Amino acid sequence: MAKAKTKKEDEKVASIDAKKQPKEMTGAEMVIEALIEQGVDTIFGYPGGAVLPIYDEIFKQKKIKHVLVRQEGGALHAAEGYARSTGKVGCALVTSGPGATNAVTGLTDAMLDSIPVVCITGQVPTFLIGTDGFQEADTVGITRPCTKHNYLVKDPDELASVVHEAFHIARSGRPGPVVIDIPKDVQFAKGAYTTKEKAVMHTHYQPPIDPDMEAIEKAVELMAEAKRPVFYTGGGVINTGPGGSVELRELVKLTGFPITSTLMGLGAYPANDKQWLGMLGMHGTYEANWAMHDCDVMINIGARFDDRVTGRIDKFSPNSKKIHVDIDVSSINKNVIVDLPILADAERAIRAMKEVWKKKGYKSDQKALGEWWKQIDHWRAKNCLAYKKDKKVIKPQYALERLRHFMEKDKRDCYVTTEVGQHQMWAAQFLPFNEPNRWMTSGGLGTMGYGLPAAIGAQMAHPDAFVVDVAGEASILMNIQEMSTAVQYRLPVKIFILNNQWMGMVRQWQELLHGERYSESYTESLPDFVKLAEAYGGIGLRAETPDELDDVIKEMMTTDRVTIVDVLVDQKENCFPMIPSGKAHNEMILSPDADKFDKTLV
Amino acid sequence: MTGTKRQKKTKSVSVYAPAPIQAEKETHILAVLVNNEPGVLARVIGLFSGRGYNIESLTVAETDQDQHLSRITIVSTGTPAVINQIKAQLDRLVPVLEVSDLTVETAYVERELALVKVACSGDKRIEALRSADIFRARAVDSTLESFVFEITGTTEKVNAFIDLMRPLGLVDVSRTGIAAISRGKDPIGA
Repeated sequence: MAKAKTKKEDEKVASIDAKKQPKEMTGAEMVIEALIEQGVDTIFGYPGGAVLPIYDEIFKQKKIKHVLVRQEGGALHAAEGYARSTGKVGCALVTSGPGATNAVTGLTDAMLDSIPVVCITGQVPTFLIGTDGFQEADTVGITRPCTKHNYLVKDPDELASVVHEAFHIARSGRPGPVVIDIPKDVQFAKGAYTTKEKAVMHTHYQPPIDPDMEAIEKAVELMAEAKRPVFYTGGGVINTGPGGSVELRELVKLTGFPITSTLMGLGAYPANDKQWLGMLGMHGTYEANWAMHDCDVMINIGARFDDRVTGRIDKFSPNSKKIHVDIDVSSINKNVIVDLPILADAERAIRAMKEVWKKKGYKSDQKALGEWWKQIDHWRAKNCLAYKKDKKVIKPQYALERLRHFMEKDKRDCYVTTEVGQHQMWAAQFLPFNEPNRWMTSGGLGTMGYGLPAAIGAQMAHPDAFVVDVAGEASILMNIQEMSTAVQYRLPVKIFILNNQWMGMVRQWQELLHGERYSESYTESLPDFVKLAEAYGGIGLRAETPDELDDVIKEMMTTDRVTIVDVLVDQKENCFPMIPSGKAHNEMILSPDADKFDKTLV
Repeated sequence: MTGTKRQKKTKSVSVYAPAPIQAEKETHILAVLVNNEPGVLARVIGLFSGRGYNIESLTVAETDQDQHLSRITIVSTGTPAVINQIKAQLDRLVPVLEVSDLTVETAYVERELALVKVACSGDKRIEALRSADIFRARAVDSTLESFVFEITGTTEKVNAFIDLMRPLGLVDVSRTGIAAISRGKDPIGA
């Protein structure tokens, strides 16, 4: 951290120009002033002893709307939902000790999915730090590995500067969470306010943005010569802003190449386009994974070769030249060695590729590409997402197909969040994602309980939109208390529970890989979700058979309050296609193969 | 439920792919220039422990008081891919200004300092002093029963001296770990 000005220097400046003297205010006032200057309009939080001065300032102003969550974990996920659905920095405010430790899961989630979040935590007064004071925890110590950066502010004169820098760090380069820990005496103490323009920054912190043009030209040349190319895009294309998605669509159209995306990248390319192969990875489509395996040029933009995507590393796309565009130097050559790394912002890199392609008059190898598409159509014909329909029992895939039907008919903007498990994968496979920033899911960390608070964050940012949390009955119970938040702020969030009474993904693994020993994955006593919704002041609906489903979804689409839809689905349904662990992309199993699956092999 | 049925023993299963075959490990000396702010050393060390990297030695001190910069010298062992990851991970820490892999980027000099306490009497005292002389170690403390020697040099030289002192009554060693700097006129990151 650069030095704060000494008092002497300050006095000197003051005597030269009294008007330019920085405004003096308390630490708590500075926090609010700086948040307003940073454009924060909504903050998610929970008060407590060590943040009371800041809450006092929140009480006195009207520019920032505070959303009172029911547990601090909810505040962080709500801030994530807000950030991902707007592209802005999400903001949370929690107290010291348990407030901060409850926030840790959300911070780690934001870290792994590169979501810009600033979390302000209260701390015991500086003179009590280290004495095991009431509600004291070493917040900067605990959050150091799960944040992009964190601060403990001991000098009120530095506070405003730190807040401005925190926002800068959270949103620039590869975005991520930043924690500012503020002791209570610093919130009370008076100091000089520093405006956004004058904030003292880590001046060297300048993440790379513009691509190396030589590398871009090489990449485009490789693309032009490709016979079996595939675009593999990720969350980076979303994080770069809506422009990234626009550029991507143009480049993909220009080249005529097939495109697949990670869980985090869904929506950057429209799912209803014929060049779209669907999601790739462990539960990705047959055509996407086979295309990845057999391609000769792979263009990875803003994805990080996650283990759920690559499957077995030594058999991952063995015969391809790999181009990797990433803004984070540590993502390159981390899991997969690539042939052509490009360190840059995704939008700028894609635009540069597009311009070089046009300028040099490149044309795709139409003959080879035609053969490649023929092969892809052959894989597509497997119809890998097919499932056995049933007249008596609701198949989870069918429930989502019906939801998709009604979402497509709805004129509102639709935002989807999920919890974690089978329902999450089915949502990724079956729901329509045609625009960026409409899909919010916990990808890297896999946090059960993410979806409801994230939906609250998204609905706060988009009051008139249709926001649905596709949930499982196990996940939803992890942050069910946020129902109360949704009721308090009149947020008409919909919770679409695919209720199979099992921790479905755990059950699926136990069935396929652990000799059908279903250890602790069945929930013996579930609440009545309809009554639960009503108890909170929301609306509860239930569908038990396929013919009830449409009416229930129709009703859900029109409710003006938080609504739980309890969809009783087939308890034994498994999520396919699936790449078993330790297998390659071309060894995936489809639903009809499941019975033949050698359960001792994995 | 079928849980009660006796199952054949299956191979252990994991949700992760099998560990990749490891390449040869190498030892590298990294010089890292950082803002000297609270917690910066914890960030660097936490990165190594959190991601399972090795630290063979680590030295740190402020080297530029005006700009509050510290220099950390880390000796680490790992496969070339791991060493590259370490550099990349260090580079993205906010307070890190510069990461230089001296082992591959440049010719360099390295030195380590050790204080070696030997307790002995009689002929062994004479032998200890003679050996110290050969190694250009200086006695910086002496009692009738002991010496403290100061020795600087490469790690190998320090090791050799300590081995030599062992039969003569070695009781305590304090080592600084390696400090290293590139040869020639250029500063780090030039």
